[in-house]
Amino acid sequence: MDSALYISHYSKIEKGLISVDGNVIFHAGEAQFSDFIKQAFKYQQLDYPKFYKMDNLSKLAFLSAEVLLRDEEDKEDIALVLANKSGSLDTDVKHQESIQDAANFYPSPAVFVYTLANICGGEISIRHGMKSEQVFFVSDAFDVVTISNYATYLLASQKAKKVLCGWVELFEENYKAVLYLVERAGTKLHTINNINQLVKN
Amino acid sequence: MFSPVYISDMNCVTPLGLDLQDNWIAILKEDTGIDVHTVGCFENIYTAKIKDLPTVRTDLTYLERMLYLTLEPMVRSKPLGAKTGFILSTTKGNIEFLSEGKSEEAQLHKLAFKMSSLFGFITRPIVVSHACVSGVLAVSVAKRLIQTGQFDEVFVLAGDKVSEFVLSGFNAFQAMSAKPCKPFDSGRDGVTLGEAAGAILVTKSPEHALVEIVGEGAINDANHISGPSRTGEGLYRSISSALNEAGIDASAIDFISAHGTATPYNDEMEAIAFDRLGMNDIPLNSLKGYYGHTLGASGLLELIISILSLRHNKLIPTKGFVSRGTSKDVNIITQKMDVPLTYILKTASGFGGSNAAAILKKVNG
Repeated sequence: MDSALYISHYSKIEKGLISVDGNVIFHAGEAQFSDFIKQAFKYQQLDYPKFYKMDNLSKLAFLSAEVLLRDEEDKEDIALVLANKSGSLDTDVKHQESIQDAANFYPSPAVFVYTLANICGGEISIRHGMKSEQVFFVSDAFDVVTISNYATYLLASQKAKKVLCGWVELFEENYKAVLYLVERAGTKLHTINNINQLVKN
Repeated sequence: MFSPVYISDMNCVTPLGLDLQDNWIAILKEDTGIDVHTVGCFENIYTAKIKDLPTVRTDLTYLERMLYLTLEPMVRSKPLGAKTGFILSTTKGNIEFLSEGKSEEAQLHKLAFKMSSLFGFITRPIVVSHACVSGVLAVSVAKRLIQTGQFDEVFVLAGDKVSEFVLSGFNAFQAMSAKPCKPFDSGRDGVTLGEAAGAILVTKSPEHALVEIVGEGAINDANHISGPSRTGEGLYRSISSALNEAGIDASAIDFISAHGTATPYNDEMEAIAFDRLGMNDIPLNSLKGYYGHTLGASGLLELIISILSLRHNKLIPTKGFVSRGTSKDVNIITQKMDVPLTYILKTASGFGGSNAAAILKKVNG
């Protein structure tokens, strides 16, 4: 068996643009994130009301995975290796606002559940039925070496058939998502250089 | 296919003691760290808080002091080279900065960088932040990165503190117990939160090894973001994956250190998963009655205490448990027992549908 690993597909969301494998599929102009992501979701014509309950980080991660995995079959064994800079800080701030004032104390379970970085990965797993290996890393910038080694381990150990890796960062109006699928078939090799080009450009 | 990976050193700082030895003595006496405290606007509630945390340095936050006191004795006389990794496991880190409006200071990567610099690691710090499975998963991450050749050894440090932030959230979920938690018991009604820090050295060198990490897995339920799977699917698969890697049957496991948060749904889910694996008779405990739920530290702390169990061939009872409260029968440990132990299983489950399992085998014992 060929042991080489490839990046078979990738998606990006940033600055009001969504692209898959380098082709722009949606462009919203200069909307606020919450408007942009709602428009983009509607454009996908999905019947998935849970989307509206998600926090902004989960909406970003969900839609990035949605456009990437649209034509994938047999998704149960696709592992998920996600990372970002701000963890769940965007929603942490919202929960903090609800408890900041003892006289006006209104914490909500619907907000609190999103004060964990990995919840956005859980949303992707639920949507695609991915009963698979999952991890969430936090670092100031994408740690290409660690993520690449980790994905390679998951495939070499046969703990996953494919690995969905990427960066899903959101804090207030600053957001960027880059997801890529690593597997044993494709044309773009899974190398540090190729990952860097994808994630850092 | 991959080279073996071991755990060769460990330490913890908890309400039961500021080092490993004091924790083990307290556990053998069946002391609990749970007591009545006031946290923010929550008056007189049961939590497991550290009562007199030494002020080792004035430039550190409370959590950073916990982390410092845990790892410093382990790295004090060790050269930290280009193949020495540092992994921090935490859910909320320095979250209290948010109440002062300092969101940038609350960033987890900042905490990791500060601790890493303090100890003198020269490799880039790695943060695993994966809800309540973070501690066990961080051990898997360390093992896996060693097996890919990225590191020869990795210090895994885990910590979370009791905060108004988390208390208010669990309270809003109605997941807090009014009394000290009662894992797996018929009268269990929720978690007791706690704080702790733990650290282990994961290494490819068999020298001074306490245990070998023979198998592990961390598989998602893909079911619900806050509710455990009714079939225990992700936990079942995580344990199956770990057994498969270890090349052993479920019956070879001598002892299970479960998650056992004492919420009705979580403990039921775990019992279902163990039942599906035919693990009903294997002695099992939850340590939440001693330490409360210490979130991102819990999995690692409980793994550390379970390694002590393994090394001393001593089973520790489930504090708070009186009578069976799950639909499937599991063998909850109710009194201390001396039993020869070789293989132990550590599990954890958490929000986001997350699960993790690790199987450890005693070596040099």
